[in-house]
Amino acid sequence: MKKKRLIPVLLLKNGWLVQSKSFSRYQNLGNPTTSVKRLSQWGSDELVYLDITKDSDYSLRRDDQNYPNRQTFLEIIEDVSKVTFMPITVGGKISKISDIENRLKLGADKVSLNSALINTPKLISKSAKEFGSQCIVASIDAKIEKNDYYVYNSKNSNIYNILVTELAQLAESLGAGEILLNSVDRDGEGIGYDIELLNKVCEKVNIPIIACGGVGEWSHFRDGLDKSNVDAVAAANIFHYQDQSVYLAKKFLHDNQMNVRKPDLIRL
Amino acid sequence: MKNVKVCLLDYGSGNVRSVFNLINHIGFRVVVSNDEKDIRSCTHLILPGVGSFGTAMDKIKRKIPLSVLDKEVLIKKKPFLGICVGLQVIFQKGYEFGEHDGLGWLNGIVEKLDSENHPLPHIGWNSIKEKKRSPLFTGLGKINDFYFVHSFAVKTDAALVISKTFYGNTFCSAIQKDNIFGVQFHPEKSQKAGIVLMKNFLSLI
Repeated sequence: MKKKRLIPVLLLKNGWLVQSKSFSRYQNLGNPTTSVKRLSQWGSDELVYLDITKDSDYSLRRDDQNYPNRQTFLEIIEDVSKVTFMPITVGGKISKISDIENRLKLGADKVSLNSALINTPKLISKSAKEFGSQCIVASIDAKIEKNDYYVYNSKNSNIYNILVTELAQLAESLGAGEILLNSVDRDGEGIGYDIELLNKVCEKVNIPIIACGGVGEWSHFRDGLDKSNVDAVAAANIFHYQDQSVYLAKKFLHDNQMNVRKPDLIRL
Repeated sequence: MKNVKVCLLDYGSGNVRSVFNLINHIGFRVVVSNDEKDIRSCTHLILPGVGSFGTAMDKIKRKIPLSVLDKEVLIKKKPFLGICVGLQVIFQKGYEFGEHDGLGWLNGIVEKLDSENHPLPHIGWNSIKEKKRSPLFTGLGKINDFYFVHSFAVKTDAALVISKTFYGNTFCSAIQKDNIFGVQFHPEKSQKAGIVLMKNFLSLI
């Protein structure tokens, strides 16, 4: 039987791995490639790698030759694919077909598109045709506003006048193969997934949903799988503070009869 | 084992690099090449694949010297592994976006998965059930989950099917005929299970 997935999300800002709270405050966690190797050894089912560097920071970095971390995001993807043998999704700074092509060539399996969904929807349909739906993940950031879930713009912290469910349906019709659904309200809070959000979106689309935002303990993963129809449960912060975190989370889910791969530690 | 040299055929399929990385990691020599000399001199042949049957076949016909490949696999019996579309094309016909001829090494056709109400493509970790003993599965034990990304699968004689997988209905997830092996899943993305399987393949002489 097909398994539900447990997915660590890595946030990269200016080449550093960071922790995020409410999509606005960031704390440095260190070197991204060594973290990926550990997450891989602990038996992650998949990885999502998001470059959240703001455009302005990027140009600043290029000018600064003394910046201690000179690795570009693409170099990091290349390194990462040499130490992990699992599916990798990468997102951030994708605005044209060749951006997607470059990332796939370096070893990524899927790309995650966020603002393109609203700004250049044609890129979604074009890339789904070119590389297949399985390659295209639509990433949607949801925020509660006026008793409903609206799409959040992480570039300027504003809310679009678009319902999350509408955008999810649009993404599916454009040919996206999956939806990475982030709760801005729960980001970094550690109080569990917004189950209502997950259910609302799951009801409206047939493509797999990856839940993200709010996990503070292993049981929150179980709640996500148990109380909604999501295909995968993802988290960022929780995986970075404990040795063998992914393994332990997987073991918890497996012990609680969730339909996941057996927990395993892998020597790479 | 020191003499193993893999020729990884490259017709422009997306996953060549990941397969290359895996073989490299395991510690065997590997060249990415369609060159006649490499196909002749290597000990193992791998045909990777991502994409649709027809597109893959067009590129294979253009880029790979098929008479040389046929001879090495069918006459000299060199171990061959087809991955995903690389498995599908060794059969007679594929029906993805119209009817296309495959390499026709084995009897069988490639049809859309009958997944009942499960969404396609079938993406994710799924278990395989061994139907026949095969050296490919040695030492897998209870690690039987592999990573799949596909909408089509092979229909062939039961005698060739070495594993099946369930997604709405059961389908053929791996085949073997003598020196010819094929897997519908992606060992290069299947962590430990993939490493074990690839080591098994590369241990064949």
